[in-house]
Amino acid sequence: MIANMLHSGRSRKPEPGWGDWMETWHIDLPLLLLLMLVAAVGLFVQYSASGHSTDAVWSQLQRLALGFAAMFAVAQAPPDVYRAISPWAYGLTVLLLMLVLALGDTAKGAQRWLDLGVLRFQPSELMKLAMPMTVAAFLHHRRLPPTLFTIGLVLLLIGMPVGLIMKQPDLGTALLVFVAGSFALFFAGLQWRWIIGSLMAVAAAAPLLWERLHDYQRQRILTLLNPESDPLGAGYHITQSKIAIGSGGLFGKGWLNGTQANLDFLPEAHTDFIFAVFSEEMGLLGVLMLLALYLAVVGRCIYIAARAQDTFQRLLGGSLAMTFFIYFFINIGMVIGLLPVVGVPLPLVSYGGTSAVSLLASFGMLMSIHTNRKLLAK
Amino acid sequence: MLIGPPRRRDALKNVHAERNTFLSRSVAAVLLCTACVILLIVRLVDLQVVRHAYFSTRADENRMRVMPVAPVRGLIYDRSGTVLAQNRPAFVLEITPEQVDDMDALLARLSRVVALDEADIDRFRDRVHKSPRYLGVPLRSNLSMEEVARYEIRRHEFPGVEVTAGLSRNYPLGASGAHVIGYVGGITERELQTIDEAAYQGLNQIGKVGVERAQEDILRGVPGAKIIEANAYGRPLRELDYQRGYPGRNIYLSLDARVQLVAEQALGDLTGAIVALDPQTGEVIAMVSNPGYDPHYFVEGISSKDYRQLLEDPRRPLFNRALQGTYPPGSTVKPAMALAGLEHDVFDPEHREFCGGEMKLPGSSRKYRCWKRSGHGWVDMATGVMRSCDIYFYQLALNLGIDRIHDAMSEFGLGHRTGIDLPLEKGGLFPSREWKQRTRHENWYPGETLNVGIGQGFTSVTPLQLAQMTARIAMRGGGFKPHVLHAVEDPITKGIDVVQPEPLEQIELADNQNWNVVIDAMVEVAHSPAGTAYRIGKDSPYRIAGKTGTAQVAGLKQDEAAPELEDTPLRLRDHALFIAFAPAEDPKIAVAVIAEHAGHGGSTAGPMARVVMDQYLLGEVVYGQEGQKPATTAVSNPPAPRPPEDATR
Repeated sequence: MIANMLHSGRSRKPEPGWGDWMETWHIDLPLLLLLMLVAAVGLFVQYSASGHSTDAVWSQLQRLALGFAAMFAVAQAPPDVYRAISPWAYGLTVLLLMLVLALGDTAKGAQRWLDLGVLRFQPSELMKLAMPMTVAAFLHHRRLPPTLFTIGLVLLLIGMPVGLIMKQPDLGTALLVFVAGSFALFFAGLQWRWIIGSLMAVAAAAPLLWERLHDYQRQRILTLLNPESDPLGAGYHITQSKIAIGSGGLFGKGWLNGTQANLDFLPEAHTDFIFAVFSEEMGLLGVLMLLALYLAVVGRCIYIAARAQDTFQRLLGGSLAMTFFIYFFINIGMVIGLLPVVGVPLPLVSYGGTSAVSLLASFGMLMSIHTNRKLLAK
Repeated sequence: MLIGPPRRRDALKNVHAERNTFLSRSVAAVLLCTACVILLIVRLVDLQVVRHAYFSTRADENRMRVMPVAPVRGLIYDRSGTVLAQNRPAFVLEITPEQVDDMDALLARLSRVVALDEADIDRFRDRVHKSPRYLGVPLRSNLSMEEVARYEIRRHEFPGVEVTAGLSRNYPLGASGAHVIGYVGGITERELQTIDEAAYQGLNQIGKVGVERAQEDILRGVPGAKIIEANAYGRPLRELDYQRGYPGRNIYLSLDARVQLVAEQALGDLTGAIVALDPQTGEVIAMVSNPGYDPHYFVEGISSKDYRQLLEDPRRPLFNRALQGTYPPGSTVKPAMALAGLEHDVFDPEHREFCGGEMKLPGSSRKYRCWKRSGHGWVDMATGVMRSCDIYFYQLALNLGIDRIHDAMSEFGLGHRTGIDLPLEKGGLFPSREWKQRTRHENWYPGETLNVGIGQGFTSVTPLQLAQMTARIAMRGGGFKPHVLHAVEDPITKGIDVVQPEPLEQIELADNQNWNVVIDAMVEVAHSPAGTAYRIGKDSPYRIAGKTGTAQVAGLKQDEAAPELEDTPLRLRDHALFIAFAPAEDPKIAVAVIAEHAGHGGSTAGPMARVVMDQYLLGEVVYGQEGQKPATTAVSNPPAPRPPEDATR
């Protein structure tokens, strides 16, 4: 035990084995394997969903490589660094979000992109990392469970970027950022009475919220309730997606044999609706295995958070784990027609660059938490 | 600053309590995740297991399209295997808009290779807007071989342009027999409502008139279907299944194309009709209505200008006179009248009437004239028929009375549809006391009986009815329902169904000898020098039994002298009629001829019947040829409907 503690940090063993090598480079092997497995599944589905395009697979592979590189890089810095830079990261990202609103590029009717000449990216993705860091760092210094005053301050911290992202408008990301902040608060011990109270308040305020939604957002909710009412318009996505999933059955039609995706009946097949392609070709059994993989990732993350050494690390880890869960829950929920259509991709499987990079970077932080253990004198 | 110096605040914190809070909250989070995942799984099971069959069907409906495959229409042959209607490859120029960058320039360049007019281009542009861009849109149909060749040489200059071969109905004999064969044309809105759409999958043409319409169900065949897989944009990708259809069955008509042609030539420029039947079977050997028309007009879709021209032509080429034209039969009813007189014992064959050229009814000043103003003198039955004496038949009719005349003539089919297997047949009219009361609310006058007795007055019959009457006399009261369908051939098994003749109810006479009396009189018409048709009988190699007829179109006023033929305006001139069968002792052909406004039956209509009989009985036209040796050639057997087994196709 003591020997173990002594050997934390850079290993000085004369003959380093696999495990030592991993520890040296701050890599959590179980998490890495799980993530790579999900990503590999994603590449296969991508090939089918993109109409058998090796180009699409190749470019996705490049993005994933970039993501894993980011993860690796992020894992190298100890968690204290992230706690220290979190106010700056938060401030900078909010600034960028404001810039996006002021002069961002428009894609599909929403202003999400910021073009920095060499790099074109979505600052809202950065916020997915900055938000849990900031809230965790803030609460790290406060008395817990949080007082009403602390809660108010945290809500302010959460509310500003969420509001900015919603203005773009990008409901999906705003939701994920909100979830990231809220779960940090939740893990910090937010009193149950406040949780239940606010949930009831939201339910009561729903009609007011409804008024504030964009027309297309309202339409998506209406469509969820009755997709067949407009089978060629707003309901087309969800109707075709349900046909794809339902026709997959227990065992699926087999890889590359999904008719809904390969014959273009399924819109957005390789991005937001890729889960439908997977379900059609792999069937319920395949879907259960994918869900098991995702849950294993979440479980490993919560395990890491539970073993973390300070409040910042715990809150950050827990928040990132739950964000990841909400991430795929919302995507699958919308694709199978349980939730309204919000633009949330299926993590590590959907085609898309920024989200894969920010996601893998967040796993880098978890690895950093797990592998940068300090020798604590109790 | 919100996030203050770490050390100072840490001191206030209860590290263990915070950790325990986190652990209990983690358990809550895991429970939340579990609940959410169970929700997902329940929904997935509902979609993928419970409602799997429903969604599978929906997915198949999405991707599968049924493309009908039109059956090939059956061919039509004459009795000896001459093709009357066939399907010919037709070349259609198609453009796929998707593959064309500059449509206007392409059309301009194309018009130098194939003939394009404004209408073609307008129709094409209209269709382009209505169909998907990846489908070929027809620009012009019926390209000539020359145009196809010109296009093929330069086809590399025309990307997106293609010549496709389809089938188009073709009638090799053109206008000949067009009234019988009919034609096909595009299915109209009205027809769409009555037809069974499943039977017309992939077809856009339907039989409009003639055999093409009457035998539509036999000729059409059964459409097949291709089941293809298509993507979301409807583009066909591959064939999944093929359901074989069945081609339309081929038809052998009883028509003899050569006899038909001879009959058409015999009528020449005259309007009129000729019907020739085989009395032994009821089969139609020839059926001519002059003038005819070119059926190809209708197959390709006739322009409204051409159609109006055809409709407004005073000679009415679209009107099938043989079936739909109703004419006064004139003296051609006299043999049947004579039979009725004998049957009811009104006159015996030796009974004589004196013809002084005219007669009056008792109590009336109105004169009833014989066509021969100078009179025929004493006339018995044989002479009455042979010389067509009107006075004799006035007396006969008077003695029979209208009721017995109507019944007897109805037995011969006058004034009734024959029920031939062709559409649009007219019934005509043979008047009766009851008919006049019903339609005109008037009593029957004896004077009208006289007119009916010589085939005038209200009587109007079709040439087909006259031919049928002639055949029934030839068969001594027997005979068969007229029909043009001889046999139906299955195109795949080559099995042949020959249509069985449908016998008509035998006309029974009290004394069968009476048939001979009348038939002998009809032979005299052609073979006695005093007969009205001696000119066609005197040199005939076979014996003809005939009867002339001259039907008045305009009634003459009292005392008015019959005008000379040349002085009368054409539309008021008499119709020339002739009925005949031959050989008299063993009838093989029965003919009825009506030449409108052509004057006397003996001189105009008789020779037409003779050439038709020549062609059928001898295989060549002997009548009127130079250096002809009269009455020496024996009658060869006419070409029997050749069994279609050895028919060439």
